[in-house]
Amino acid sequence: MTNLLRYRDDEAHEEPAVTLDSFLGQSNATAVRIESGEDARVLLPYLDRIALVEVSFPKFRDGRGYSTGRILREAGYTGELRAQGDVLVDQIPLMRRCGFDSFAPEAPVDEAVLAASLARYEFHYQAAADPAAPVWKRRHG
Amino acid sequence: MYKYDEYDHSIVAARVEEFRDQVNRRLAGQITEDQFKPLRLMNGLYLQLHAYMLRVAVPYGTLDSRQMHMLAHIARKYDRGYGHFTTRQNLQYNWIKLEDAPDILAELATVEMHAIQTSGNCIRNISSDQFAGAAADELTDPRPWAELLRQWSTFHPEFSYLPRKFKIAVIAAEEDRAAMRLHDIGLQIVERDGKLGVAVYVGGGMGRTPMIAPLIKDYVPFEDFVSYLEACLRVYNRYGRRDNIYKARIKILIHELGAEKYAAEVEEEFKAVKALGIDPPRAEFDRIAAYFAPPAYDAEAPDALDRSDPDFAVWLDQNVSAHKQPGYAVVTISLKPIGGIPGDASADQIDLMADLAKTYSFDELRVTHAQNIVLPHVRKADLYGLWQQLRDAGLAEANLDLISDIIACPGLDYCSLANARSIPLAQKIATRFSDIGRQRELGELKLKISGCINACGHHHAGHIGILGVDRKGVENYQLLLGGSGAEDVSLGTITGPGFSEDGIVDAIEKATDVYLRERDKGERFLDTYRRLGMAPFKEAIYG
Repeated sequence: MTNLLRYRDDEAHEEPAVTLDSFLGQSNATAVRIESGEDARVLLPYLDRIALVEVSFPKFRDGRGYSTGRILREAGYTGELRAQGDVLVDQIPLMRRCGFDSFAPEAPVDEAVLAASLARYEFHYQAAADPAAPVWKRRHG
Repeated sequence: MYKYDEYDHSIVAARVEEFRDQVNRRLAGQITEDQFKPLRLMNGLYLQLHAYMLRVAVPYGTLDSRQMHMLAHIARKYDRGYGHFTTRQNLQYNWIKLEDAPDILAELATVEMHAIQTSGNCIRNISSDQFAGAAADELTDPRPWAELLRQWSTFHPEFSYLPRKFKIAVIAAEEDRAAMRLHDIGLQIVERDGKLGVAVYVGGGMGRTPMIAPLIKDYVPFEDFVSYLEACLRVYNRYGRRDNIYKARIKILIHELGAEKYAAEVEEEFKAVKALGIDPPRAEFDRIAAYFAPPAYDAEAPDALDRSDPDFAVWLDQNVSAHKQPGYAVVTISLKPIGGIPGDASADQIDLMADLAKTYSFDELRVTHAQNIVLPHVRKADLYGLWQQLRDAGLAEANLDLISDIIACPGLDYCSLANARSIPLAQKIATRFSDIGRQRELGELKLKISGCINACGHHHAGHIGILGVDRKGVENYQLLLGGSGAEDVSLGTITGPGFSEDGIVDAIEKATDVYLRERDKGERFLDTYRRLGMAPFKEAIYG
């Protein structure tokens, strides 16, 4: 049982994430928190200096953050992308595919269940924000 | 039809194990029912009034005899010996035990079937024209496009927690047999400069706020097909309402934004998505399309038919449709016997239909959104022998598209959302109009019943629609006229105050009397209603 799960080699970022408004209003913040209704695209001009984006999942049913993650990764963001909030163990594999590499679930996650579920699918049909080759690419090279 | 390769098998097998693990954790109390609910729903498992209901996916309504036999086997082994074919071209079982569900999925996987995304706030089973590959009027077979979408949408990581459920239909003919424009996304395959692409309609749906999908883009070439849909879904996932479950479908977003603004947002998103290289190559389409190549027709199959048996002739006229191949026909097996439960079939009937498909229809069957079964490729010379076997099994009701070919939701007999019963009403209406001569005199008349405003019985799209409501604790039925789910799509209008169960049957009879009295030559009920408007019907019903 743990509260912060990371799938990165670097050290966890120390600076607390600030709100999107605060981030846009100051030039030196390196960590930002995106609420589920906020538009991640306003961050695109600043990606070079961001080390941590924390995406809020206020309820597990609120799936907006999955798009937020992909949009940031597709725009070339390489820093830490953290899913925070009502993040359930069965959702983490999907979030990994959307580019999230760190997780701060409100309720502890059973790591054995998580490990099994991350290893479960060898193949994925569609391309996403992870390195997995979609099945059509495996079929046709 | 499509066959799994190692990748498809691996993914479906992994899903069975994943769900087994989820069920075990639920049974052990490690996850709450609230947390388990979206997981089981994404495997088609609902909790109904009396038991769990399991909905099995029949992608674009196509299946073979081996799969059909498996559906019969599961009905016998895990349910009460029958199954219910649904308006999403799927099959559902109404009496399932939670602890059996993983074993059922494992059995389904042995015949390349699953229950993936047959429920939940995700992209549902892709539906299509039940006559695909056989229809005389189609541009191309839409099923390779649908299969491509099945794969794209399966466990889509970004679109598994959408604001609400999401339904996609693909057709390739001018005649719309799939209610395409009443889907969240309706796709019609069209040709431009000799190349196939899709016209994209977005934001249709029934439910409590019925809407007809507007055209968002008149042509998207194959090369951009998946990217464009990804953009459509992403705009919805980001901006669709999540504050109110009743306003969360994409139709509300499009209604509030306007179709033009939505289309502009999609265009903008498409530019970003197209650059990612997520569109499968033409070779993948060709690989899939090869599975849908026409069967080995007998080029010498005769066109002549012996109509000397009058009962057979009626069935021939009503339930047999034109095939693109000379000497062949498309047969619809009605699952609407007078007094029966619309869409239900016993395990024995399911087995028989499987055997008949193997003998007479190149091992292929289809499920229709009107809850019937199609044998798509039958030699005309075999029709009489086929009909005799259907007749002996109680499957030769000659009522396709007639007033007793009723679409009905499960209603209060099964469903925890329902306000009123649908099945007994369907039985009463069919019994009132049981005379086949009278039904044929009334002609094409699509009657659809929903037991609550969620509209699973498509009442908005019925030439005659019925909506069950609860009025001070008593079941009450509202009558709608003038809807259509076909290419002449329209939404029905409520006639006025509702009726009791017997009262609504009388009201329908009065409406059909107006039609018989007022119709012009060649007019269907719907045409007469459209020409005359509500007034004469209202007068007859309430006057």
